[in-house]
Amino acid sequence: MPLRADARGRFGEFGGQYVPEVLIPALQELEAAHRRYWNDPEFQAEYEFYLREYVGRPSLLYFAQRLTEALGGPKIYLKREDLNHTGAHKINNAIGQILLARRMGKKRIIAETGAGQHGVATATACALFGMECEIYMGAEDVERQALNVFRMRLLGAKVTPVTSGTRTLKDATNEAFRDWVTNVRTTYYLIGSAVGAHPFPTIVRDLQSVIGREARRQILEREGRLPDCLVACVGGGSNALGLFAPFYEDRQVRMIGVEAAGEGIERRHAASLTAGTVGVFHGARTFLLQEQDGQIRPAHSISAGLDYPGVGPELAYYRRTGRAEFVAVTDAEALEGVQLLARTEGIIPALETAHAIAYLPKLAQEYGPEGIVIVNLSGRGDKDASIVARALEEKLGS
Amino acid sequence: MNRVDARFEKLRADGERAFIPYFAAGDPSLSATEELVLAAAEVGADVIELGIPFSDPIADGPSIQRATERALRAGTTVEGIFRTVERIRESSDVPLVLMTYFNPVAYRGVERFCQEARQAGADGLIVPDLPVEDAEELLEAARAQELATIFLVAPTTPNERIRRIADATRGFLYAVSLTGVTGARDAISPDLQPLLERVRRQTNKPVCVGFGISNPEQARRVAQLADGVIVGSAIVNTVEAHLSEPQRLVGATREFIRELLTAVRSVRGPLR
Repeated sequence: MPLRADARGRFGEFGGQYVPEVLIPALQELEAAHRRYWNDPEFQAEYEFYLREYVGRPSLLYFAQRLTEALGGPKIYLKREDLNHTGAHKINNAIGQILLARRMGKKRIIAETGAGQHGVATATACALFGMECEIYMGAEDVERQALNVFRMRLLGAKVTPVTSGTRTLKDATNEAFRDWVTNVRTTYYLIGSAVGAHPFPTIVRDLQSVIGREARRQILEREGRLPDCLVACVGGGSNALGLFAPFYEDRQVRMIGVEAAGEGIERRHAASLTAGTVGVFHGARTFLLQEQDGQIRPAHSISAGLDYPGVGPELAYYRRTGRAEFVAVTDAEALEGVQLLARTEGIIPALETAHAIAYLPKLAQEYGPEGIVIVNLSGRGDKDASIVARALEEKLGS
Repeated sequence: MNRVDARFEKLRADGERAFIPYFAAGDPSLSATEELVLAAAEVGADVIELGIPFSDPIADGPSIQRATERALRAGTTVEGIFRTVERIRESSDVPLVLMTYFNPVAYRGVERFCQEARQAGADGLIVPDLPVEDAEELLEAARAQELATIFLVAPTTPNERIRRIADATRGFLYAVSLTGVTGARDAISPDLQPLLERVRRQTNKPVCVGFGISNPEQARRVAQLADGVIVGSAIVNTVEAHLSEPQRLVGATREFIRELLTAVRSVRGPLR
């Protein structure tokens, strides 16, 4: 059983509904719809159908033998979310929320996106169900993720560059909220991570929990026991929670969330759980990056998907209670992670995912060969090819 | 008595509507804000709303977003705004309410924020992203300091919720005229009249309307429907239009406020 938010949408002190009044009735409507349909066998059957027939689930739990040997520690298993249709875990959430939106009678879908993975997943799900789709994306991300912008447009979505603030994911989220405030009666806001006002963090967590449920079953089949440790990268937290939540009550299973340390924790970074403080942002009380007067401090990461100054409230609670540990790796270390996995396993991970990989050499020292670690391989790296190429140019060119 | 309550009592006795201009504090500087507030008070504004800039204003449209960015770039701080309120209080008794997103309040600590706001001379708070369900701590701290707590109702707010929000409100209830963000609009939203009719059935507290009101004619029409008229973005736009000629900035804004006020004052007698 995963952890549940209380009646006021909180995990301990975290969460809540800090949004303009216009949206409160919409959140209450969404909460009621989620409660009704999440336990509805018909909804579940339809969701499972699309996960199986369209997304390609269950995703593989792959034993990474060469990586395991290279690290000289525990057995490393990779939960292959990168093999999902559209190349990341984001589609699990997009399909589930579209099914919810359809049942609620909403015709128009809006979403925010950072790297473009959630935008592509949303545009894909909208194309599949013939729904109108508008994606908000920071102007800076539109530039650095041109391929994903093209994919979204090809899928029939309108991509709106956001030029306010830092022109990245946080500002795209602001703009999606503003659209929702304006068009709340007709529009469904399909949020991409386990962040925002209640019930969004719970909805996204529930939909992504398919990752951990499968992994739990697969490892029991394969090894006859639970893993010692789970590892996932953390931006807003949806792939981490998706893997962690079904193991919540398995107290012997350690959980490690890997955040983006960017240029280093002393400089510009995106590590809100490792180095942030508690505040209220995008509808929830949570850990975030803030400076004087509670102004939000711009995040930095080489990975657009982790470049966000907040984190979901449920992971904030995991940190507060010590249920999960959180660490951070730098841009440079993430690039090492990309190469490590590419060369040992022939798998090029997304830059987000590479943060989780990059922590493995350190983690491997804590376990012997009998140890078992599952890493959420949340996305594939094609989208980042040009960024990685630029960063590694000198090294690979020689 | 709180200055906001006192003003609404007098307006009701005189059969007049309130005119409430909004300024983004620190846009383009706190000294300009001080001059603008004093000019608005001198012209006769009933209450003045002073916005504390926040980096991520999700309830605001482009005009106030840009004003916020200018204010933050100019180095505006909460401390600086409190000092500005103190200076205004040296020469004016105009009721002043602070509008801010919740994080700047939470960061300082709710109790400390209310104490300092009161000490500086502010009369009330509007926190648009703090729903009434989560406002207990703020309500308690604000009451202890005799600060008005002004909550918002929107066209999407159901009746029983309007009552709950009205119960928590001190000063006046802020009716959002449309489903949307702040910003000047060409026309008054058709959502407004049904909302006000619903609000009237739930409360006798003063109800002021904001969001989208952009010119004297619209202000006059809204004054026929409500106890007060709030104009934000259109005033912020006037400030923005004069950034390159600072010597005219205060004068032009004062003139616009005078026109709006005249329109609001042209409506008299009890509310229909």
